[in-house]
Amino acid sequence: MFRKLPSRTRVCHAVLAAAAGLLLSGAASAQGVLNVYTTREPGLAAPVFEAFTKATGITVNSVFVKDGLAERVKAEGSASPADILMTVDAGNLLDVVDAGVTQPVNSPVLTAAIPANLRDPNGNWFALSLRARLLYAAKDLKLSSMTYENLADPKWKGEICIRSGQHPYNVGLTAAYIVHHGEAKTEEWLKGVKANLARKATGGDREGARDILGGICDLAIGNSYYVGLMRSGKGGPEQQKWADAIDVVLPVFEGGGTHVNVSGAAVAKNAPNKDNAVRFLEFAVSPEMQAIYAKANFEYPVIAGAQVDPVIAALGPLKVDPISLVEMAKARKKASELIDRVGFDN
Amino acid sequence: MPVAAAFGVAAFVLLPVLALIAIAAQGSGDLWPHLIDNVLPTALWQTGVLLVGVGISVTLVAVPCAWLVATCAFPGRRWLEVGLLLPLALPGYIVAYSYLDVLHPLGPVQSALRWMLGISSPRGFQLPDVRSAWGCIFVLSCVLYPYVYLSARASFLVQSASALDAARALGAGRWRTVWRVALPMARPAIVAGLTLALLEVLGDIGASEFLGMRTLTVSVYTTWVNRSNLPGAAQIALVMMMFVLVLVAAERAARSRARYGGGGSARPPALVPLTGMAGVAACLFCLVPVLLGFGVPLLHLLFAAIKRIEFSGISPNLLVEARNSALLAGGGTVLALALGFLVTLAQRLVPSGLTAGLARLSTLGYAIPGTVLAIGLLTPLAGFDNLVDQAARQTFGISTGLLISGSGAALIIAYAIRFLAISVGALEAGYGKISPNLDMAARSLGRSRRGAVRHVHLPLMRTALATAALMVFVDGMKELPATLLLRPLGVETLATHVYGEAARGTYEDGALAALLIVLVGLVPVLMLARLSYTSLAGAAQGSRSG
Repeated sequence: MFRKLPSRTRVCHAVLAAAAGLLLSGAASAQGVLNVYTTREPGLAAPVFEAFTKATGITVNSVFVKDGLAERVKAEGSASPADILMTVDAGNLLDVVDAGVTQPVNSPVLTAAIPANLRDPNGNWFALSLRARLLYAAKDLKLSSMTYENLADPKWKGEICIRSGQHPYNVGLTAAYIVHHGEAKTEEWLKGVKANLARKATGGDREGARDILGGICDLAIGNSYYVGLMRSGKGGPEQQKWADAIDVVLPVFEGGGTHVNVSGAAVAKNAPNKDNAVRFLEFAVSPEMQAIYAKANFEYPVIAGAQVDPVIAALGPLKVDPISLVEMAKARKKASELIDRVGFDN
Repeated sequence: MPVAAAFGVAAFVLLPVLALIAIAAQGSGDLWPHLIDNVLPTALWQTGVLLVGVGISVTLVAVPCAWLVATCAFPGRRWLEVGLLLPLALPGYIVAYSYLDVLHPLGPVQSALRWMLGISSPRGFQLPDVRSAWGCIFVLSCVLYPYVYLSARASFLVQSASALDAARALGAGRWRTVWRVALPMARPAIVAGLTLALLEVLGDIGASEFLGMRTLTVSVYTTWVNRSNLPGAAQIALVMMMFVLVLVAAERAARSRARYGGGGSARPPALVPLTGMAGVAACLFCLVPVLLGFGVPLLHLLFAAIKRIEFSGISPNLLVEARNSALLAGGGTVLALALGFLVTLAQRLVPSGLTAGLARLSTLGYAIPGTVLAIGLLTPLAGFDNLVDQAARQTFGISTGLLISGSGAALIIAYAIRFLAISVGALEAGYGKISPNLDMAARSLGRSRRGAVRHVHLPLMRTALATAALMVFVDGMKELPATLLLRPLGVETLATHVYGEAARGTYEDGALAALLIVLVGLVPVLMLARLSYTSLAGAAQGSRSG
């Protein structure tokens, strides 16, 4: 009995020593470093990080913080190692700014490259890519055009698949609906769409395509880049089959265009490597990097004239909805409340 | 001294709770009327449905299985005794991903059904969608029944034959004996296991959210993330914690008045042989939960992992991620064990309402959803780091950076707080088996109090300590929400890898990492099974010879 105890103590010591090694590996504040906190899936920005390191010799450390980016940076305060904060959705960018964890950047390169409606007037955030919220339709419907309004038409009863209404992508779409038509009509629309759902509003966008192939629904709402990921074969042969089962329609608002959102970045308020951070942003909006970044995730670039992936180009011309992103982001709270009120996710 | 230590542990656990209260006190604006009208009724109802559904199904599955393997001899019993524990190695969110694939119209089950029925298109025939309340109850029951099985089996094993014989002698039939004697004697163990399982249901976010349920925890999460209202989220979380406290207190109160004698000192009953059809039926009954909770998801993961390897190769990061997972979970285990020991020791050395209360307080972390716990921890830990950093800058002119919140230490602390309940529970059970007479004997033989602890308690507690360590380690490996928020720059674990892939809607990509979580988790589960088997067998043997 007693003989065995020391061995366990030794195991404990080994664990503690190894854990100490792990702790130290987290700290890095040498020269030539850029620390990125991102809510984007790891891997998406990796090609740009690698190109940046190759071009400048600056090492990029990144951490994928799914939720709580602003809270974490805020709590870390002046000792925070974060230089760049990357996130998707205009609303999330505004939230990060509102949390007071960003700093304004005055860069002629950035203001010249990025259209004014795709960046903060004070330079607190910059969009780096665009994505559109599209309609996936079963092939036999032979659908070539559609409005978002039409999704509430009772003829689609039991035929629509969509992810959680409270997901930022759908809150954004609903917020855009409010900007176009006001709250009352938006609530009616949400009720109509809810009544048309084929299953619970959950999962991811790609499951919409899968469920169309599986015969669960005829229509699904999904982002543009998922089409690229599925059709290009990057997601594997099964997803290619899902993509083959759908036509992709670029829906529009009546009297407007297709709903888009952004991915973007901000420089952290207490960035220890601010120069590197600005350098990175300027690097990311160069035409080559815009093409690489957009292609890496099948998105649309923010600068004019940069290439998009052929799979995305084949979807046809994108007519961007002209409403202001900031207006849309402001309507998000109301949108989220309406989504609860109609019990969209219940 | 022990009481002071217990105070320290309780204060440590209360740290994130106090931070949450501070966050909640910031006020959530006009959120509450909206929550009360539109969110909370649904959240309460769906949480209730899950609790009742999972509670009933795990009891109906786990108790008969535990009783069969503990008291009957039938084909495959020894395999099933261990096999029934295996689902412990599987996180609920991974099982949810698996079953969506397996039960999807494009998956093997429905494809086979269509083939048998001669229907060519999935449009012609569909089973109900797994993304529903029943699907969620099914998935959670699959992974949570072992909690009830584990404690119920242990209880059935140590029930003395004399009580059961007395019942038979008094004319009770076999079933009546089970119903009126064996089950009531096992009730506290069943309730204890059930409470753990239901707390897991309350705190679950992965499976519930994925399958489209709107539980309280999911509401906390959406209020914070999608409504950007952290104070509101903290408020819901505090309400939820009060519910949990009431639940746990009720369980304690129900148990405290009852006294259950017997235990290891009495003669254990001989196994009742089940032959022929009865034996086959018993075997099948115990086999089904193993297949559904472990076999099917594991097979699915294996297939998915092979497909992924063929398609995109093996990520070289997997080994590093596996190491990170094991190290962080290991660190959390050591800390949870140390803190748990301090708390139970205080209860043992200075038994009073105070130390018992401190023990209950220190288990509060289990009731806090991982996401919320992480937020609550972030504020005080990072605040401490900033103080240290500023002091170092002013006095030495160097920056220490984020010592705790920027390193794995924050996660280790989070795991320890979150899973302290498991360690305290197991250690309390361990102490329950050491008679206080032994302490007196040790002291009268000249040992100091410390010596008694060291030479009597620790050796006798080895099994309890190991059980606690293994259970905390497995849970730490599976933990996702706090890991996502608190892990240091550039550190990925297996769980965050799986989730990172699932966040893109490609959980197939994470199949290999998911498989690794299961395989790494399997080792401690098997050790746990071996441990509970040998220790109880040892107890039984000891009592046989004694």
